[in-house]
Amino acid sequence: MNVVLDVRGLRYELQGRALVDDVSFAVGAGETLVLLGRSGAGKTTTLRLINRLITPSAGDVRIAGDDLATQDDSRLRRRIGYVIQEIGLFPHFTVAENVGLVPRLERWSSTRAEQRIRELLALVGLDPVTFGPRYPHQLSGGQRQRVGVARALANDPPLLLLDEPFGALDPVTRLELQREFRALVARLRKTLVFVTHDAREALLLGTHIGLLESGRLAFLGTTNEFRASPLPQVRQFMDSAA
Amino acid sequence: MTLLEFYRRHFDELLLLLRQHIGLVAISTAVAVLLGLPLGVLVARRPAWQKPILGMTNVVQTVPSLALFGLLIPVFGIGAWTAITALVLYALLPIVRNTYAGITGVDPAVREAGRGMGMTDGELLRLVELPLAAGVILAGVRVAVVVSVGVATIAAAIGAGGLGVYIFRGVATVDDTLILAGALPAALLALLADGLLALAERRLVWRPR
Repeated sequence: MNVVLDVRGLRYELQGRALVDDVSFAVGAGETLVLLGRSGAGKTTTLRLINRLITPSAGDVRIAGDDLATQDDSRLRRRIGYVIQEIGLFPHFTVAENVGLVPRLERWSSTRAEQRIRELLALVGLDPVTFGPRYPHQLSGGQRQRVGVARALANDPPLLLLDEPFGALDPVTRLELQREFRALVARLRKTLVFVTHDAREALLLGTHIGLLESGRLAFLGTTNEFRASPLPQVRQFMDSAA
Repeated sequence: MTLLEFYRRHFDELLLLLRQHIGLVAISTAVAVLLGLPLGVLVARRPAWQKPILGMTNVVQTVPSLALFGLLIPVFGIGAWTAITALVLYALLPIVRNTYAGITGVDPAVREAGRGMGMTDGELLRLVELPLAAGVILAGVRVAVVVSVGVATIAAAIGAGGLGVYIFRGVATVDDTLILAGALPAALLALLADGLLALAERRLVWRPR
């Protein structure tokens, strides 16, 4: 298997307390690992350790064979897509400018960037002519989330990190976006680490599930293994999805 | 003698004092922005610097303006540069504080997304934080300018010229017309500067439409 992300013995301490403790997993090309867990289980911290927004106390993160420590942090982050629940669209940028951020940082030519922006907006189901010139506050929650996904895909990153990207949406929009997103990911063959507390979402989108509990991985396996696992922590989440 | 009559007789002098006054305010404000903006950014970035820097600019603000001009004479002598130094010190507080408030007021999610997508610290500042903070920063500059126009009248007391010359002369000779001759254009100047900056704010600053 072609491993895109390899995490070994990851640990993060804050004021003597381990928020992430001895977490190890590998994600192969085209796979989606869902990190599932309650609030405060260390899911978001794990994501931020992967793209070096915070520095691990111990352990190792390797992306497609490169050690993160040998690369410039911000250059590396431009090669990793990142979507957070609040989305964090730049309010003073148009939709097109938001999507074109990483191309701008990477100093693409404007024709190449514009071409890419049109492509991406179409990809997430937004008409580039209608939505390109709009500002984020003129969009609905679901449209904003689509822009967030398009923005993360701009530099064609092999690896995407998503932190509850559909968490703030109403149930109908959420299901619609989840389905579209699953189709999109399958088509683009991206490797994903997806954080959620929603077991139903985990089962829908994941090829693999890692269950985090107090900073440790209580379970790691395929989605089918998760369904069949007798572990009480897994059963609790399975019951919540039923 | 009426005010109009006074101006007709002393028109050239009025223009000179007005020019001096505008010069004092313009130079001191420019220096205060050049110093205050980076200081505000520094304070926003390094919380450890917050107390000493904001504290110092605060303390300067509490010194009565006439005393501040006087205290600087032994250091810089009398004249325009002493007055400009005093005006810069006064203008720093609103500029530093508003830069700090504007930057720390940026939505943390926006900052997290920017960093997460690979913006360097400088890119985040230039493309996101300063543009989003521009309204608050400009509001600070406006306060600084309006206050400076008033405080600059005191510059006359240390031989730096400006519209304060009429005011001090008027106070010394108990002549209301002379006091007004200095105070009225100073007030109009403050209003004009405030209006121009408000216009600039509307043109330059992003806000949801």
